[in-house]
Amino acid sequence: MGTRVAAALKDAALAGFVALVLAFPLVGFATNDEGGPSLAIHTRFTWVLLGGAGVFAARLVLTVLRALLPHLVKVGRSNSPARLAGPRRHGARLFGALLVAFAIALPFLPFSSRYLVDLGTTVLIYIMLGWGLNVVVGLAGLLDLGYVAFYAVGAYSFALIARWYGLGFWEALPLSGLLSASFGVLLGFPVLRLRGDYLAIVTLGFGEIVRIVLLNWTDVTGGPNGIAGVPRPTFFGLVLLPRAPNGGATFSQFFGLSFSPDQRIDFLYFVILALALVTNAFSLRLRRLPIGRAWEALREDEIACRALGIDPTRVKLSAFAIGAMLGGFAGAFFATRQGFISPESFTFQESATILAIVVLGGMGSQMGVVLAAILLVTFPEFGRAFAEFRMLLFGAAMVAIMVWRPRGLLAQRAPSVRLRAAAVAVEAT
Amino acid sequence: MLLEVEHLSIRFGGLLAVDDLSFAAEAGQITAIIGPNGAGKTTVFNCLTGFYRPSVGRLALERDGVTHYLERMDGYRIARDAGLARTFQNIRLFAGMTVLENLVVAQHAPLMRASAFSLAGLLGLPGYRRAETHAIEKSCAWLDRIGLLARADDAAGNLPYGAQRRLEIARAMCTDPALLCLDEPAAGLNARETGELMALLRAIRDETGIGILLIEHDMRLVMGVSDRVVVLNYGQKIADGPPDAVRHDAAVIKAYLGEEDAA
Amino acid sequence: MAYFLQQLINGLTLGAVYGLIAIGYTMVYGIIGMINFAHGEIYMIGAFISFLAFLVLGALGLASVPLALFAVLLIAMAFTAVYGWAVERLAYRPLRGSFRLAPLISAIGMSIFLQNYVQLLQGARVKSLPPVVTGGFRIMEQGGFVVQMSWLQLMIIVLTVALMAGFSVVISATPLGRAQRACEQDMRMAQLSGIDVDRVVALTFVMGAALAAVAGLMVMLYYGVIDFFIGFLAGVKAFTAAVLGGIGSLPGAILGGLLIGLIEAFWSGYFASGYKDVSVFGVLILVLIFRPTGLLGRPEVEKV
Repeated sequence: MGTRVAAALKDAALAGFVALVLAFPLVGFATNDEGGPSLAIHTRFTWVLLGGAGVFAARLVLTVLRALLPHLVKVGRSNSPARLAGPRRHGARLFGALLVAFAIALPFLPFSSRYLVDLGTTVLIYIMLGWGLNVVVGLAGLLDLGYVAFYAVGAYSFALIARWYGLGFWEALPLSGLLSASFGVLLGFPVLRLRGDYLAIVTLGFGEIVRIVLLNWTDVTGGPNGIAGVPRPTFFGLVLLPRAPNGGATFSQFFGLSFSPDQRIDFLYFVILALALVTNAFSLRLRRLPIGRAWEALREDEIACRALGIDPTRVKLSAFAIGAMLGGFAGAFFATRQGFISPESFTFQESATILAIVVLGGMGSQMGVVLAAILLVTFPEFGRAFAEFRMLLFGAAMVAIMVWRPRGLLAQRAPSVRLRAAAVAVEAT
Repeated sequence: MLLEVEHLSIRFGGLLAVDDLSFAAEAGQITAIIGPNGAGKTTVFNCLTGFYRPSVGRLALERDGVTHYLERMDGYRIARDAGLARTFQNIRLFAGMTVLENLVVAQHAPLMRASAFSLAGLLGLPGYRRAETHAIEKSCAWLDRIGLLARADDAAGNLPYGAQRRLEIARAMCTDPALLCLDEPAAGLNARETGELMALLRAIRDETGIGILLIEHDMRLVMGVSDRVVVLNYGQKIADGPPDAVRHDAAVIKAYLGEEDAA
Repeated sequence: MAYFLQQLINGLTLGAVYGLIAIGYTMVYGIIGMINFAHGEIYMIGAFISFLAFLVLGALGLASVPLALFAVLLIAMAFTAVYGWAVERLAYRPLRGSFRLAPLISAIGMSIFLQNYVQLLQGARVKSLPPVVTGGFRIMEQGGFVVQMSWLQLMIIVLTVALMAGFSVVISATPLGRAQRACEQDMRMAQLSGIDVDRVVALTFVMGAALAAVAGLMVMLYYGVIDFFIGFLAGVKAFTAAVLGGIGSLPGAILGGLLIGLIEAFWSGYFASGYKDVSVFGVLILVLIFRPTGLLGRPEVEKV
């Protein structure tokens, strides 16, 4: 026992020492930037010591935990197949249903406010993006680091279609989706034969190329200024404005309500909620179809897929297309919500954020993506410090998740077909 | 003639892995390819299944009156159109998916057709649902046959080794092949399991009438189950005939140099 | 002609920097078969440490420029090397043997973490340093355009050549280099032969990080400004260089670095510079699609 304590202390001391070394230059010194750029520096050695001490303590705690609860803190080596969800899905389904009910009721709840509904709208956009990327990364196992490209194509295509052809949101939405899907196929073609790492880098390159083009092709995309005046969605033709632009009734007039800007906020919220619910149903359904199974089989073992007569090209392209289409829908909605778009919203950071959502939620899990998106979007709202530390913590979380639980926090893979359930279906037909 | 291999050669850089190999495999028969390690057996398989492109040679597979030239086809087309199914030396199951799902995935092609690019599937049309039910029934029939029906909903990766081997064979059979290619199916199996495997192979051969081509080191299996044996050594064929003839062939004995299993 | 020559000099300087970073990518890929996505941030950290070291030394009263340069070089290499070691230890070693995507995702997470780490500690603003190494010499003049090379450019190229030469010697002639090459070929066998694989891998990361630190220092001196975001772009470009030259090949990384530097310099010299990054991404995509083994790399045959 004594030697184990000594070993643990030595190990923690080493960790603490390394932390001190790491912290010394970057934590220990900083320029006095408060008034403006300057070359004078001040020292923060107390922070360095705190950092070292903190790491020492954390390492010690980790060692103790590992000794006490070995299976909980087991690290890495996770080539074992994912745990499969048991038949007792009732709990999960109930939770899902409650979440949906809460979401529908949100604008009407007593503690609700414009701010909260806005936040909910942002959460739902990220949920849609997460589900879209989930098809590509989680189901098909293709690590796409440039997903933001499809988000951008959806947004810009909607803005441009509205500007050039005067179409409204509902008419342009399917077109945006179609364009994004085509883009997905276009971007998918070159990466078909690439392995995981290379595929990731190439998709990253594509994402960056799209952003640079958006930034520089000023004639079409408006360059850094983007495109303004993107039309808002209508409620079956009724606009949600104080006055209808071309005559005709407004939403509030039609329903005999007095106009309030909250109506538009709430309406946008319900639009994205509806889109999200349809996306969810669509994704769940696809997973049970041969194409969904083929995606997962491809992720498991591409060579075995080929040996079974499955065309990897077609399967990969369909994953890209569907994922891109969903991203495009989210992009179109994003454009209509903001009223204007610019390349700033479509950086690699966005792709990384969406990836973080999918990874943390457990690649392949619908509910996991929801929870991770809620966490990611609401986190900075708790305070200034949280906002600053958000991406830092998410980066650390990604590393931690991969090391500790590579299949994500919530990943229990629900099989796409179950014998017991199937037996019932067989009897019914 | 189900499969006809003519003058197959493949070269990797300076190494001639397979040298002017010709043999045939018939439907309703089990043909075994044997030979010392490094003789080129798996290389032949890889050529047949489209993982390698032969330098020279013709690989003709006949199915439903159509001849498919495998040396020119993509891997997945060989499986889907020519009807050549294969298992692997290191089992390649979809470990994270269930036993049942593994078999249903194998029926991807007919299910995809029935789902009309997923549209019929999305709408839940009866034509697709019938196809899915049929696929599940077929999978269950195979699971029952290999004794894994009770474990249909378990993750394939959690099965014991012998069960995984059987599952991989069942999965290959679910693609409705004309020729089943098995790469060392008895590797790692004990005597009892090997006996069960032999029974399974004979049953498949007799009931479905397809051809089976297998690579094996286990001589008991090879001699016990094969209708024809092809022997390779250093990429060349040194014997080709019924098991008894091959067993006593001088060149074969020399190649193995006393490694012959007196099973 | 003169203009061309100037772009050539600029390109070679840039290429030297990319080559230094690319070596880190290619070595790590050669030995553990993974892209160290966080390597760009290591380079950025090297730049920041160099920046701070200069300020500290200046505040302490060190006036001699050559001495300061030498000291900063050592300091930056040392500290950045520790960062490189830590990244491997935390984000890669636990995942050796895990499924393919895991180390890549972990690396991306580490990259995000390091970027934000520096941003929070040092501020999001651009840091600038007055020129430390100044002056140069003219090479030729043609039609009113003067082709010149600054002392800094010369220093960068000479230092890079020296480092790469030294590095090649280490790889080919020392026990560590041999152990490294053994691990590249067959890690399990190397382990069974008694090589401490963990140590060799760690040292690989450390060496790559040290070279990246030199690149960071050079860039800081050359452009005079740094910010927490330079790692991303430089990282992708250096990775492109490594792939172009043939990933896993040391001379390939050097060659690739030079080519990328030249491509970038000539593109921004002759075409719209707004799209200059697109040129590099374009090269990356074309190489990965049409010749993934690069110019000097060895082809991989997949075993079935």
